[in-house]
Formats: sequence, structure tokens, C-alpha cells
Amino acid sequence: MTSGGKELAGIFLFVALVAGIPLATDSGVILNFVMMALYAALLAQAWNILGGFGGQFSFGHALFFGTGAYIQAIAQLQGGLNAWLALFMAVAGSAGVGALVGALSFRYGLKGSYFALVTLAFAEVFRILALSVPFTGAGVGLMLPLHESFANMQFGSRKGYVYLVLAFVAAALLLTWWLKHSRFGAYLQAVRDNEDAARAIGVNPFGVKLGAIVLSGGLMGAGGAFYVQVFQYIDPGIAYGPGTSVEALVAAIVGGMGTLWGPVLGALVLHVLADLTRNLFGQLPGINMVIYGMVLVLIVMFLPRGIAGLGATAKSLWKKSGGRRG
Amino acid sequence: MAEPLLAIKGLSISFGGLKAVQNVSLDVPEGSLTALIGPNGAGKTTLFALMSGFLKPDSGTVQFAGQDITGCAPHLNARRGMTRTFQIVQPFATQTVRENIAVGAHLHLKERRSALSQAEEVAARVGLSAQLDKPASDLTVAGRKRLELARALATRPRLLLLDEVLAGLNPQEIAEMIPVVRGIAQSGVTVLMIEHVMQAVMNLAQHVWVLAQGQLIAQGTPAEVTADEKVVEAYLGHGTAARLRAAALAGAAT
Ligand SMILES: Nc1ncnc2c1ncn2[C@@H]1O[C@H](COP(=O)(O)OP(=O)(O)O)[C@@H](O)[C@H]1O
Ligand SMILES: [Mg+2]
Repeated sequence: MTSGGKELAGIFLFVALVAGIPLATDSGVILNFVMMALYAALLAQAWNILGGFGGQFSFGHALFFGTGAYIQAIAQLQGGLNAWLALFMAVAGSAGVGALVGALSFRYGLKGSYFALVTLAFAEVFRILALSVPFTGAGVGLMLPLHESFANMQFGSRKGYVYLVLAFVAAALLLTWWLKHSRFGAYLQAVRDNEDAARAIGVNPFGVKLGAIVLSGGLMGAGGAFYVQVFQYIDPGIAYGPGTSVEALVAAIVGGMGTLWGPVLGALVLHVLADLTRNLFGQLPGINMVIYGMVLVLIVMFLPRGIAGLGATAKSLWKKSGGRRG
Repeated sequence: MAEPLLAIKGLSISFGGLKAVQNVSLDVPEGSLTALIGPNGAGKTTLFALMSGFLKPDSGTVQFAGQDITGCAPHLNARRGMTRTFQIVQPFATQTVRENIAVGAHLHLKERRSALSQAEEVAARVGLSAQLDKPASDLTVAGRKRLELARALATRPRLLLLDEVLAGLNPQEIAEMIPVVRGIAQSGVTVLMIEHVMQAVMNLAQHVWVLAQGQLIAQGTPAEVTADEKVVEAYLGHGTAARLRAAALAGAAT
């Protein structure tokens, strides 16, 4: 089998295995853990498209998350739309915000920390806007009434939400797989690695980065829509605050940027750690951020390619030590 | 003469007070293998950047295949058929040799599989077949130069601008590369190369332009320009032409 074929088989195996969990158990604790880990994976996968494959580090992915969340809520509350139609709009809307931010920042060649700061600023501007305009419910937030039904994308048990978020994660895995095996993905990684070299051989960096931020934003918006469906509540701090941005990027970096499984692995490891510390320290506020920060520092220092790059890092260390002996 | 593939007229650019390229005009005939030489800092790389669209000229025009492309973006020029390489090699360091070359091949091939197999063919042409699965960052200097060439070649250019692909190579590696470059030109690609290795210029180029301090100071066959005192002095400073002649005479006598 080709490497691409093996990866596809891996994706189907993963989805099949995870899909079996709700059949095997009714434990709320397990189902909740699986749901939250998949949800974190989805956010990291979204960030990974632009940050990992495109090398454009966003510090403000909450911008897309929050936009997806608000569209999901407002389309149902004010627009009276079906939840699935709302989801479609949430994805399209956050992708559109991606196009807007991308067009502005990439047109002016913003890179590195400048791009990171601009995304952070955009998220902050949207948070303040969400606090001040009436249709977002301002600081009070929006509450989605509880009406459990498939049409409302509200499920009687956690199992329905596990399947929903698993579908999103599967779609993101397939999208990431496509990036690894398509011209667009090759161009995106070429621009990440060396923009001038890419331009010289016919790659339009602006178009490629714009495509990446649209895909990344749309997927992040799906994450926001999912949040609203599960918790039936959104406010400006949850939607556009820095917490979600940090969570998405830490999981992707810890797991391995620019890889297929990195974001899923990173999300899983961080959630296991977060649960362990919750058991140790109780509900100490902010403790998960402290853990994330510590893990991030350790990974950046000792595993620059993340958990998914463990093999490659070990190999190059081995070669280095072998070179010293030889 | 047929219409030149690349025609530049009165091209100039300054960086602050430094006139890096001044009023340079030259015509590159289709199907030719020509060279641009000159001392370090003469403005050769800058001239390539102006031709390929990485820099916009302060004045002057660039025509490619009869079309005015002055100030056009580099990726559009690559699509038209003009591809440059970089003097300071610019590999996609995290990717393998095969993946690097495939990015170039994607210019004409949408399918990933076709681009990857095209990459193998191009690698064979420049002698990189054995390194296809190595990360580009593991290549030697000579390997990186070949990769730089291969990636550009994979775009199937009509005009290839080679910026010092032989610099940093040892004599044996240079001897290996010269036939590679000749082979590319013989396959129908027009080649303009910036080169310091005179052995290669003498061997390969039909016509040579000499740039010094941003200006064209001479042109002609390799034999003509190397015999030109202006050229020798631009390279080696005042009075060297005479010393070289003496040395050459002494050499011929042995
Ligand atoms: N982007 C730039 N900004 C300022 N000066 C530059 C820039 N690029 C080149 N130069 C200067 O222009 C001159 C010509 O450089 P270059 O074209 O690289 O020369 P060559 O390739 O002939 O060695 C040098 O003095 C160099 O320092
Ligand atoms: Mg140069």
C-alpha cells in the first residue's frame, strides 16, 4: 500500500474504533472525556492547517471559533433556522471571516509575530464588538433553549454529541490527509518552508495562504458551533477570549505541527493531563492553563517536532550521537 | 535575427544611494546558452531579481516572449516560462528531495502522483536519483545546488536563470555539473547563467555579458571578453591585465 493509502486506512480504523466507544459503554465520565478530547482535537486540527501546514502562527483562532458559535446561536434564535442549516452558515461565516483577515494581513505581507499579533487583535476587537452590539446578547450572552431532537442537533445523551464531534474530526483528518497529498497542500508547505523559493517556481503565496486561512477558519467555526450545541450558551468571553486560541495552538504544537495525527495526539495527552491534575488539585481555577504552559515549554525544549515527531527526533538524536562517536 | 526570448531595456534600480543596476540593456536569443559575469557586488543577482519580478525596476522594461512583463510577480513569470534559481540555495528544508522537486513539477501537473514521478525523472537528469528520499537539509552543498537546479527545471521553463550553480563546488563536482547544464540547454531550454567559474563560462557560453558596478562594460564571446582589458581590470584591479599577459606568455612557454 502507498503511504497515502496507509494513512487513509489509519483514519478509517481510528474513526471505527472511536465510534465503537459509545456502543461499548454508558459511562458518562468516559463519554464526556471522549467528547471533550475530540472537541479539543478539532480545534487543534483547525489551527494546524494554517499554523502547522502553512507556517502562519495565529494567536487569535478564537476569532473563528467565536464567529461560528455566534452564527450557530443567532441563526437559530433570531433567524429561526434549523440547527443543521445554522451549522452550514457558521462554517461559511467563519471561513468568510478567515478570508477577510487573510486578505488584509497577507496582502500586506504580514508574517511571524506580526501576523500572530494581528490575529490576536482581531479576536479582541470581535470580543469587544460582541460585548456592545444588541444581537449577541452583549455581556449576558445567548442561551439556546433545550429541545432535544435530531433536527435541533440536540441529543438526549452524550453519545449523540460524541458522534457529531467525531464526524467533524473525521472530516478534518480527511482534509489534512488531502493537504499531504494534493498540489494545494504541497504549495502551502512550500510557502511555509521558503516563500521566495516557492514564488520562483510558480507558487502564488497570497492565494495559498488565503486558501489555508479559509479552511482553517471554517473548521474552527464548526468547533464553535459544536460548543454552542453542547453547552447551549455563549458569551463574548467564551467566544472570543484567548483561552480557545491557546488551547488550539498548544495541542497542535504539543502533538506535532504539520502532521496528520499530531493535533489528535496533542489533544488527547493534554486532556489526560488535565483530568489527572483535576483529580490531584480539585477545581483550582486556571490549573489547566498552568499545565498546558508547562507541557508546551517541555515539548518545545525537548521535542521540537511534537509527540508525532518523536520517531524523527529520536532518529536525528541517534544520528548526532553516532556522528560524535564516529 | 529572430525576436529575443528575453529583452531588457534601460533597466535601473537603486538601493538608497547605491546604484545597483544602471541602464542595463541586453537581448537573450531563444535557444541560446549565455552567461552574465562580473565581480562580486556588480549587481548580477539584482539584475536576475529584476528580470524575474522579485524586484521592480526604477526605470526600464523587461520583455519576455514579446510581452511586456515589467513589474509582474515572480510566480506569474514562472508560469510564463521564466524560472530563476538562487545563489544562496533555498531548499524546502523539511521536505525530501523528491518533494522539493515535485513542487516545481506541480506548475504543469495537478496530480500529486504525476508530480512525484516527474520529480524522479528530473532528479535523474541532474544526478540526484540516489538522494530522492533524503531530507533536503541532509544534502551536501553540491547536492543542494543540484536540487536548486532540479526544482527550477521541473517547472519546464523556456528560460532558465541560473545564479552561480557552480559556486562552492570542488573541481570534480564542477566537472560533473558542466555536462548537466549543457544537457539542459541542448534539450531546448534557453539558459542564462551567472557564473564565477571561468572554466565553465569558457566551456559553455556562446555569448557573455560583463557587469561591473551596475553597468554593462563588455560583451562578446568568452574569448573576446576575457581578452578585454576593461574586464580583467574590473575583476582584479588596475594593472592586472599586463601582469596576466606576462603570466600567460610564461605559461605558454613551458
Ligand atoms: N535588497 C538590497 N538592499 C540593499 N542593497 C542591496 C540589496 N540587494 C543587493 N544590494 C547591493 O547591491 C549590490 C549588488 O548586489 P548583487 O546584485 O547581489 O551583486 P552580485 O550578484 O553581482 O554579486 C551590492 O552592493 C549589494 O550589497
Ligand atoms: Mg550574486
